[in-house]
Amino acid sequence: MSSKIILDFEKPIVELEKKIEEMKLMSNDLDISSEIVFLEKKVNDLKLQVYKQLTRWQRVQIARHPERPLTLDYIHNCFDSFIELHGDRKFKDDPAIIGGFAELDGSPVMIVGHQKGRDTKSNLYRNFGMSNPEGYRKANRLFAMAEKFNRPVITFLDTPGAFPGIEAEERGQAEAIARNLMQMSSLKVPIVIVIIGEGASGGAIGIGVGDRVLMFENSWYSVISPESCSSILWRSWDFKEQAAEALQLTAVDLKKQGIIDEIIEEPIGGAHKDPDFMFKIVKSTLIKEIKQLQKLSQDKLIKNRREKFYQMGVWNE
Amino acid sequence: MAWFLRTKDNITEKTQREMPDGLWTKCPTCSDIIYKRQLEENLFSCPKCNFHFRIGSEEFIDIIFDQGTFTETNNNLISSDTLNFVDTKPYKDRIIDAHKKTNLGDAITTGHGLVEGHKLSFGCMNFNFIGGSMGSVVGEKIFRAAKYSLEHKAPLLIITTSGGARMQEAALSLMQMAKTSAILGELAEASIAYITLLTDPTTGGVTASYGMLGDVILAEPGALIGFAGPRVIEQTIRRKLPAGFQRSEFLLEKGFVDTIVPRKDLKKTLVQMINWFGK
Repeated sequence: MSSKIILDFEKPIVELEKKIEEMKLMSNDLDISSEIVFLEKKVNDLKLQVYKQLTRWQRVQIARHPERPLTLDYIHNCFDSFIELHGDRKFKDDPAIIGGFAELDGSPVMIVGHQKGRDTKSNLYRNFGMSNPEGYRKANRLFAMAEKFNRPVITFLDTPGAFPGIEAEERGQAEAIARNLMQMSSLKVPIVIVIIGEGASGGAIGIGVGDRVLMFENSWYSVISPESCSSILWRSWDFKEQAAEALQLTAVDLKKQGIIDEIIEEPIGGAHKDPDFMFKIVKSTLIKEIKQLQKLSQDKLIKNRREKFYQMGVWNE
Repeated sequence: MAWFLRTKDNITEKTQREMPDGLWTKCPTCSDIIYKRQLEENLFSCPKCNFHFRIGSEEFIDIIFDQGTFTETNNNLISSDTLNFVDTKPYKDRIIDAHKKTNLGDAITTGHGLVEGHKLSFGCMNFNFIGGSMGSVVGEKIFRAAKYSLEHKAPLLIITTSGGARMQEAALSLMQMAKTSAILGELAEASIAYITLLTDPTTGGVTASYGMLGDVILAEPGALIGFAGPRVIEQTIRRKLPAGFQRSEFLLEKGFVDTIVPRKDLKKTLVQMINWFGK
């Protein structure tokens, strides 16, 4: 799939590809097929060179790519019979976190995930994937329902952070997130977390405690976004690249730190280059993971999950 | 090379020393001049306007525990710079400087002791240790304090003051939110009381994990308590925040704090609550 939006480090590749297209048009009159083959090899080498050595900041850019598949894309393509359930039963519905019933390979599951928009209008509706307390409380309600009816939970993480607004504070953003952390850590059904794009801070982990944490190759997960980190520690917005490096926020970094369990590889250039491939991988991975977790007794499941988070952290003693 | 020199100040961990070493001190809200001994006797709150000066774990231990009963635990846990984090200053240096400046192990002091004869497991954060930020050490010390509670069936009190999760430990700090909340879940299942006292300021990942999970949530008068810091909110909504926003009294009104406890009533209130919770 060729994308309309080109990231700055992708420009040399796109220019070369354009040149090849032009030459192909000319090749009706001229025999330049050997040159075309040469250039095609060159563009492939260049792709490998660029995409296999992405800097952390470049991965952050891919994680935010406007064409990247979003939670609803995975829901519609990896699951059947999705019924969206709205509202926290306390205040309102938050479109920045969605959830509901679905079937995965014929088995009922509960899905919860952050939802971003695709354009200005839908982004305003989704608040750019930045949830208010109602979103976390809706998730809380759905997690409790999954437990009540013994259905596994799958969550998709993709948020630039919980919304920092007046009303969010008034209605207890911190309390809503904290409550979910405690609830998820002791939920009696399997929970699989998939980080598909941005995993920013408390807003992400607020639906991110589970038995298995899977992370896309070009997604990021950390305590703060590189921009905000730059603004706080460097007192300027200009150090986002350094901040991304310092935070070590990629899937490979987090696997090393013992924070995630599995990296889900993406097609060269990112998930948006071949969404169908991603849907297939995500579906088969989830089926496998849930099957594994369902073999465990309830006690063992919760014990393992808690133990996994108890192990997290590094200190000298 | 003047253009090459840093003109802005680096981030430093100095907090306003609200406890000057002189004999007299001035209240920052009512400008009253207070004699230092008098301030101490009034548990570091202004006798005139009740402004609560920021204090640390040492002072809180004196206020709460029966004399000589408190035992500090896990003071040998030291932050490690596993990510080799460097911003305007290496994290390693920040840790060393914080130790030198505060003489504290990390941003939390934990232990246990007796309160009017009742056993209590305890943690108190220190804002002057890298802004009271929560990294792996804070998470692990809370985890162990909660374990102590479980093993000894003792209630747990945590006094918070923090700018949030420690950025220099990146995702590892973030995970401390899950780690602390998970062990508190075990306390809840065992019906062991967990009390939090939120003091000025408590924000970010600390509020959004163990800060807000108390069976009862107490707050000191006038403390700033929130998820997002006021500056971040102002930048996001491009609007000035109303007076009193995110203060203890505001949270009480909105339903997120059980009661506001002036420092002079703290011990008495804790004892009443521990009695209510029972064995």
